[in-house]
Amino acid sequence: MQEPILEVNHLKKYFDIRGGVFGKKVGAVKAVDDVSFTVNEGEILGIVGESGCGKSTTGKALLRLIEPTEGEVKFNDQDITQVNSEEMRQLRRDMQIIFQDPYASLNPRHTVEKIVAEPLLVHGMTNAKERKERVKELLEIVGLRAYHASRYPHQFSGGQRQRIGIARALANNPKLIICDEPVSALDVSVQSQILNLMSDLRDQFNLTYLFIAHDLSVVKHISDRVGVMYLGRMVELADKDELYENPKHPYTQALLSAVPVADPDETGERIILQGDVPSPSNPPSGCPFHTRCPQAMDICQEVTPTFQDHSDQHYVACHLYE
Amino acid sequence: MSDTILELNNLHTHFFTDSGEIPAVDGVSFHVNKGEVVGVVGESGCGKSVTSLSVMQLVPSPPGRIVSGEINFKGENLAFASEKRMRQIRGNEIAMIFQEPMTSLDPLYSIGNQLVEAIRMHNKMSKKEARLKAIEMLDLVGIPRASEVVDEFPHQLSGGMRQRVMIAMAMACDPELLIADEPTTALDVTIQAQILDLMRDLNKQKDTGILLITHDLGVVAEMCDRVVVMYAGQVVEEGTVREILKDPKHPYTKGLIRSLPNLHEKEQKLYSIPGTVPKVTMDSVGCRFAPRCEYAFGRCFSENPALYETEDHRYARCFLYDDFEEQEVATHAGTDSRS
Ligand SMILES: Nc1ncnc2c1ncn2[C@@H]1O[C@H](COP(=O)(O)OP(=O)(O)OP(=O)(O)O)[C@@H](O)[C@H]1O
Ligand SMILES: Nc1ncnc2c1ncn2[C@@H]1O[C@H](COP(=O)(O)OP(=O)(O)O)[C@@H](O)[C@H]1O
Ligand code: SF4
Ligand code: SF4
Ligand SMILES: [Mg+2]
Ligand SMILES: [Mg+2]
Repeated sequence: MQEPILEVNHLKKYFDIRGGVFGKKVGAVKAVDDVSFTVNEGEILGIVGESGCGKSTTGKALLRLIEPTEGEVKFNDQDITQVNSEEMRQLRRDMQIIFQDPYASLNPRHTVEKIVAEPLLVHGMTNAKERKERVKELLEIVGLRAYHASRYPHQFSGGQRQRIGIARALANNPKLIICDEPVSALDVSVQSQILNLMSDLRDQFNLTYLFIAHDLSVVKHISDRVGVMYLGRMVELADKDELYENPKHPYTQALLSAVPVADPDETGERIILQGDVPSPSNPPSGCPFHTRCPQAMDICQEVTPTFQDHSDQHYVACHLYE
Repeated sequence: MSDTILELNNLHTHFFTDSGEIPAVDGVSFHVNKGEVVGVVGESGCGKSVTSLSVMQLVPSPPGRIVSGEINFKGENLAFASEKRMRQIRGNEIAMIFQEPMTSLDPLYSIGNQLVEAIRMHNKMSKKEARLKAIEMLDLVGIPRASEVVDEFPHQLSGGMRQRVMIAMAMACDPELLIADEPTTALDVTIQAQILDLMRDLNKQKDTGILLITHDLGVVAEMCDRVVVMYAGQVVEEGTVREILKDPKHPYTKGLIRSLPNLHEKEQKLYSIPGTVPKVTMDSVGCRFAPRCEYAFGRCFSENPALYETEDHRYARCFLYDDFEEQEVATHAGTDSRS
């Protein structure tokens, strides 16, 4: 019934740390360390986790904007880690990405027209008049006006720039969009405008999103299923209501309890974690969370728990459930 | 009145730029009582930081300048105080922590050196004693390996650790008022929870008043006694945290609260306030929120609303509450939740 559009198996991305006079490899940052999940056609899969846990690296590795170190990324059953660059270029038409900072990702010297038309040109829409029409159509789809086409990015507010980024991503009717913190830089009132727009577009064009964010309320609002990452690993993944109402992994429990809720009557127990997130260049042995886990046991220091289906598609990597 | 430690009275801080004069803080009034946590909320650019920098006289000048108004701190007006006087106040009677603690820690000195200096300014102690005290305080704010970290430099610490050092610093000088401008915005939620916990301890144990500037209504709900809501340089309403979050009066506050995705509720579509925060100039007329307000009517576009009293004796800068024979309230009204 639900067809996976994207299937990620044992994805790893290690960045070399080089040092010394000869720039020899002295270690590695394990930014993404053995992550597996699927994204079904038409669904929104949210990915949450704290800064540096590997969310963006995962997103970029899926599109091969950075080369994965290991693992398989199947898009419509084709392993894209194995295709050549021309095939990859063709695939990128179907797989787009939107970034957090809409300003940094838009060329300040180009007009909106040029920015949005560029992917059309790359994928063979050579007729200038046709492109102009399509740009106009796209701007209207994302809630901007046709006359905005002749303006430059700095003439727009943050929310409007994010709309431009979305218009560009939509240009070639993609199937999958990786959204890397698309609303994190926006004010609340503008954030809700963009979230609504993204939901509408998903319905209208039957899009699939991988939605990366650190704000748990935002991710809950927009996603169908949610995955939680910690230190380069996926530690829990489930249907969103299941995950938020019945979190199993001690890290997810702490994360959810730490979110301040804008309601003075909401006085839930807070689990205050001790210490900082360890460095991904030297992750703890065994379970990567054991240095901060309130429920750590002896085994946790030695054996890495496997990420497995605990019940009904509720995946968790923790010895408490093995 | 004696328990009020900080009182802003009709404060105006403007920027004089090439493209004209910008009233970034445009007649702001509110107060903080001893031991109270007061939140200032609003979207980016609404003047929260400029307000707090004004209190410390740290507004970048030029182009900025306090134009008029009062900043009464324990009865002394700091609005036009000398730099010499301000240096006595800053970091002593009023401590400040910023969003990016790197800007307030000196990169050239070790954490210990900076703490020792702060401690010795307030206590008669030898360097050696102060160093031990510094380690104790780092430990107290939850820094692991405190006896090593004391000799490390700011760039060697994570964002959360730096913010904890700033809090240790603030605690060292035992201030009466702590101004915290988005102290946890750059931090992850689990680290944020630790920092908020520390600030709450400081408030409870030492009765330190806190002016907490944030755009996060969740943080407000968790920390504050009272809340001041700002929009485009002005206070639009003020109340206890419960009043503001449960029964907002001003259309902007209402919209802001409705726009939040809620962790515990299922909503299909989020409410959203159309448009964006306007750029305010000296000749802006009408209610600043009018272009985005679903209740706006004729008068909203031509007159600037004052603070009006609502039926339940609160105040909101909105003509909707001006139905009691136009009884206008003086500029400083709305700040008095004590009477
Ligand atoms: N090009 C790179 N070279 C070396 N290390 C890198 C590189 N890119 C990312 N890393 C490291 O990989 C880890 C994961 O980074 P990533 O950007 O994926 O985190 P993230 O989850 O997106 O965090 P944030 O919430 O801050 O955006 C971090 O420790 C980061 O420092
Ligand atoms: N150095 C400056 N020069 C000119 N304008 C400034 C400067 N700093 C702040 N402003 C303006 O003052 C207004 C309020 O800014 P600020 O207090 O930083 O907002 P926030 O509420 O996000 O903290 C904004 O419109 C901003 O553009
Ligand atoms: S495996 Fe052990 S340390 Fe890891 S989350 Fe589970 S209980 Fe905690
Ligand atoms: S004064 Fe008018 S425009 Fe302003 S908030 Fe009230 S109703 Fe809206
Ligand atoms: Mg990222
Ligand atoms: Mg600010």
